[in-house]
Amino acid sequence: MMVGVLDYGMGNLSSVTNALEYLGVENCIIHNTSDFNIISHLIIPGVGSFAKAMENLNDRGFVDAITSFNSKGLPILGICLGMQLLAEKGTEPYECAGLGLIKGSVEIFPENSVRVPHVGWNGIKLVNDHPILEDVKQTADFYFVHSYQFRVASNNNIISTTDYGFEFPSIVMNDDRNVIGIQFHPEKSQKQGLQILTNFSKTNA
Amino acid sequence: MLKQRLIPTLLLRNGRMVKGKQFDNYRDTGDPVSAARIYNAQYVDELAFIDIDATNESRATNKEIILKVSKECFMPLTIGGGINSVDTIRELLLVGADKVIINTAAYTDENLIKESSEMFGKQCIIIGIDVKLEENQYVLYKNSGRIRCDISLKDHLKKMESIGAGEFFINNISQDGMMDGYDIDLINLVNNNTRLPVIACGGAGNFKHLADAYTQTVVSGLAMASIFHFGDNNPIRARAFLKNNKIQIKEI
Repeated sequence: MMVGVLDYGMGNLSSVTNALEYLGVENCIIHNTSDFNIISHLIIPGVGSFAKAMENLNDRGFVDAITSFNSKGLPILGICLGMQLLAEKGTEPYECAGLGLIKGSVEIFPENSVRVPHVGWNGIKLVNDHPILEDVKQTADFYFVHSYQFRVASNNNIISTTDYGFEFPSIVMNDDRNVIGIQFHPEKSQKQGLQILTNFSKTNA
Repeated sequence: MLKQRLIPTLLLRNGRMVKGKQFDNYRDTGDPVSAARIYNAQYVDELAFIDIDATNESRATNKEIILKVSKECFMPLTIGGGINSVDTIRELLLVGADKVIINTAAYTDENLIKESSEMFGKQCIIIGIDVKLEENQYVLYKNSGRIRCDISLKDHLKKMESIGAGEFFINNISQDGMMDGYDIDLINLVNNNTRLPVIACGGAGNFKHLADAYTQTVVSGLAMASIFHFGDNNPIRARAFLKNNKIQIKEI
């Protein structure tokens, strides 16, 4: 078992690797496509803009590498921007294609109704059960910081939603249930967040 | 729904934690890394570290502090003080900070706000604003309260929001360390003039002050220091008090 954390120049990886180290999960940072050969689990972290992130993924050959990793049925976890990249399409700052692993698109929050970014601790409401939430207290709050939401095409792909005056998907999955996207930061969400990372590392490859 | 945040603020000077009154008369309050560990065990919502001298020497010390804290405290970490370049921000993020507070440089270097916001995302860029109430007008101060600024509070908020700020961290210098409550009028004024989340600092002396700020304003987070440094109050008791007063706080 080896969890790879993808470095594609979008933000700081150390909070994810620090959390994995703390949990005693074997991990490494993925700098180039050949590193995909040594990993069994992939985490796509990241903060910043969708379009820039896709540009960086393409420049480094990571889009094909991720697609091929996924076609082997190996587990993928996207966090925050990394979750949004799993969509077919993004709009930040202009429309562009995403990784297309989960059907749907990423759109900005309605700024006139709520303060944006959505920053702070918020809860989740279970829609479809998934082992990623095993032993996670479902009344707990998690740390969010984002201005865009992933509008998934089907409710079958939603694990949980979160209420910010309106409901948006906070944990999503693909049809095969082995690609998970989390809008909040489990690596910054204390005990309950760390449990999610533990669960992901235990996903059978 | 989104919960109210409690953000203990650790003021740094030469690698030690200090606390003063009205930005003066600082007292040593211990080792910041030990304090962060304790706050972590008490499940606070975020931690903010602010270097009040921000000399080159202490900035290196700050990186070490964040590096240590980020390996064991899995919550958002914010650092401020003397931040004046994109490179400094990058270095602080690489050692484990999630957000930075920019105060003095925001008045003179709009490009810093624009560039860092584009590069790291606006969620990463908090604009710190220190004010004093003078003749019924809020006047802005930079350089840890030493230099008066000409721009009005409303204009500064509007400008910062338009060039890439993600949150505001606002402090009334006159209330700082006095432990007699937050400046509710100031918080409301700021909230009415921005759509960004606002963190208020300065004045918390007891739990009722926290509850008052949460019930009388739409503040997004409250920062505090003295309330936990001096006396026997701690974040666990603060959370219990707020919960009893029907204020929505994080469930752990």
